[in-house]
Amino acid sequence: MDTELLLAIFPQVLLDGLVLGFMYALIALGYTMVYGVLEFINFAHSEIFVAGAFVGVEILLGLQRAGLLDGLPWPLLLALVLLAGMTVSALLAVTVERVAYRPLRGAPRLIPLISAIGVSFFLQDLIRLIESLWRNAFNLVYPTIEALNLRFELTATLDISVRALVVIGAALAMLGVLHTLVHRTRVGTAIRAVAEDQAAASLMGIDVNRIIALTFLIGGAMGGAAGVLFGVQYGLINPYTGFVPGLKAFTAAVLGGIGNIPGAMLGGLVLGLLEAFAASYLSLLTGGAFGAEYKDIFAFTMLIVILIFRPRGLLGEVVRERA
Amino acid sequence: MSTRLIRAVCALAVAVALALVPAGAPVDAQGKGTIKIATQSPLSGGQAALGEGIKLGAQLAVEKFKGPLEKMGFRVELVPYDDQAKPDVGVANARNIIADKEILGVIGHLNSGVAIPSSEVYKEVNLAMISPANTNPLVTDRGYKNVFRVCGRDDVQGVVGSEFAHGTLKVKSVYIIHDKTTYGQGVAEFFKADAEKKGIKILGFEGTEEKSNFDPIITPIRARNPDLIYFGGIYEQAGPFFKQAREKGVKARFMGPDGLDSSDLVKIAGKAVVGMYYTTVAGPVTVYPEAKQFAEEFKKKFGKNPEPFAAQAYDATVILLKAIEAAAKGGKMPTRDAVTAAIRDVKYKGITGTVEFDDKGDPKRALYFVMQVVSDDPEKWGENKEVKRLTIAAPPLKK
Repeated sequence: MDTELLLAIFPQVLLDGLVLGFMYALIALGYTMVYGVLEFINFAHSEIFVAGAFVGVEILLGLQRAGLLDGLPWPLLLALVLLAGMTVSALLAVTVERVAYRPLRGAPRLIPLISAIGVSFFLQDLIRLIESLWRNAFNLVYPTIEALNLRFELTATLDISVRALVVIGAALAMLGVLHTLVHRTRVGTAIRAVAEDQAAASLMGIDVNRIIALTFLIGGAMGGAAGVLFGVQYGLINPYTGFVPGLKAFTAAVLGGIGNIPGAMLGGLVLGLLEAFAASYLSLLTGGAFGAEYKDIFAFTMLIVILIFRPRGLLGEVVRERA
Repeated sequence: MSTRLIRAVCALAVAVALALVPAGAPVDAQGKGTIKIATQSPLSGGQAALGEGIKLGAQLAVEKFKGPLEKMGFRVELVPYDDQAKPDVGVANARNIIADKEILGVIGHLNSGVAIPSSEVYKEVNLAMISPANTNPLVTDRGYKNVFRVCGRDDVQGVVGSEFAHGTLKVKSVYIIHDKTTYGQGVAEFFKADAEKKGIKILGFEGTEEKSNFDPIITPIRARNPDLIYFGGIYEQAGPFFKQAREKGVKARFMGPDGLDSSDLVKIAGKAVVGMYYTTVAGPVTVYPEAKQFAEEFKKKFGKNPEPFAAQAYDATVILLKAIEAAAKGGKMPTRDAVTAAIRDVKYKGITGTVEFDDKGDPKRALYFVMQVVSDDPEKWGENKEVKRLTIAAPPLKK
């Protein structure tokens, strides 16, 4: 075994894992917000995420055609695209809630879950339909923004690109904003009240439907931002791109303790790191017997082990029995 | 709803259904029936660019060569199926295809991993399948009488690649990535086996189904600094991989098999793949002098350049039509058995070369190319530089 090589790539793998983890964390925030309030898993969140990615690529391609892509400074460009992706995804999430979830609010728990899976399929093919009619394309490529591709060499074996820094920065900023919003504002208090007891909250004069819609709005916006950043980071998207990252982000949310905002972040990071280390190290450590293709199996096995010892997730609290 | 109402609705539905079904009598009295040719290729999804090319190539061939059969009194139709590059979908389509008695032959597939299980279904009724693109040896090595291909094989293609890497590029070390499909892993293993024999050092052999984030795979590659990276797979996965590898500062040369042969590769990877080499069994139409007219007609009719394998699909379809003609001598509707038998006797000089089948269903001699990507403009994919051309006989079946 080549110990020198193992050590040499360690910092880079750690960094790759962190970037991937922050990406999962961004998506996981949307799952966890909704679950925190409704105890319901919004499986359509992966498509809300992809919708953001598609809005982003359409705007960038539009700007590219207009010849403005190189003219605008990149922070402005990125802010514009992020804002557009967040807006569309947020509105989409609210619409989905209004159309597919709210009518089922009183129904047994499995019913909205099935509705969510249906919405997920519907949105996948809706995006595919729109893109095939509009561009006759399946895979869309994010135009390269050169400034985001710049790499800083930290050591001989470690470097980081601007876009990776953007992902990390955006994820931390959003976590901060979200945490402040939920714990320090009046709206946040209302959200927590609805999460605790909808009937009681409504007796205190809180408009439960509005608060729930707001939760979807915030979760959707997070998803849209994650979609744009995913596109910028990895370059290629298609209507089904959301499925795997969505599933992993959901897992990350469960791992961190679903319903818990810092937990989603922690879960994302743990999953991202596990995956990166498995993909980079498995074949080196096993002499090629197990390769990168086992990264998910490895990551999910670790996940099961963690959940056996902490069934409510890393930061999950023991929830009081409800009346 | 009351039971009576349900009964009434059911009765009505049955009546409508009966009225819609033709009563068994021949619809076109003077015609002798319809002959259908099916295509199976991915028409949706990430590999649709190549799959669509196969369908359109076949369509052009049917339109140009259906004359003789129509004179005999048959209607000729092309029925395209979308296999989505998925084995399960291909097999389900194959079930529908064998159930339609008017289908006398299949042109397809794009992916060996789909063609192999689907052809098991065609074999049940001895329905002919002529593949324009499947290069995995197992497609024909099973020795099925109904399976043919007009292109080369991966056990040759992999060796052509490693010979070029060793002889021309003089690489000393290679890192091999594949996509874990029958095709991608297959050709990567042939490349690896021959490269090892030639003394090229294999620094890694890694399979992955990942489509977006290649960071954790690229990091070990960069640390080992190979001379060459060989990607056994298809462009929609190789594109992002090559792009991310270059962006991450990997300096190795890139190489791959014919799965990378699509203009979508440069659409995805841009400058990262300019100058890279790929081997293929289907050069761009520009390398075939006889295919010039085909390329013009294709562009005129469909408004785009033919993707690789479109010309092969065209040739495969013409061969199938000729075989059907031969089997229909005397003006009777030919059986599937007769068509399958007749294909073996066809010797046809097509736009991609002369095709004549050996007893496995391989072309007796096939062309192999080494190509180099010249531009990051997808429109110029057809102008890729031909670096090497070889005519190699199909290897005999290993016992």
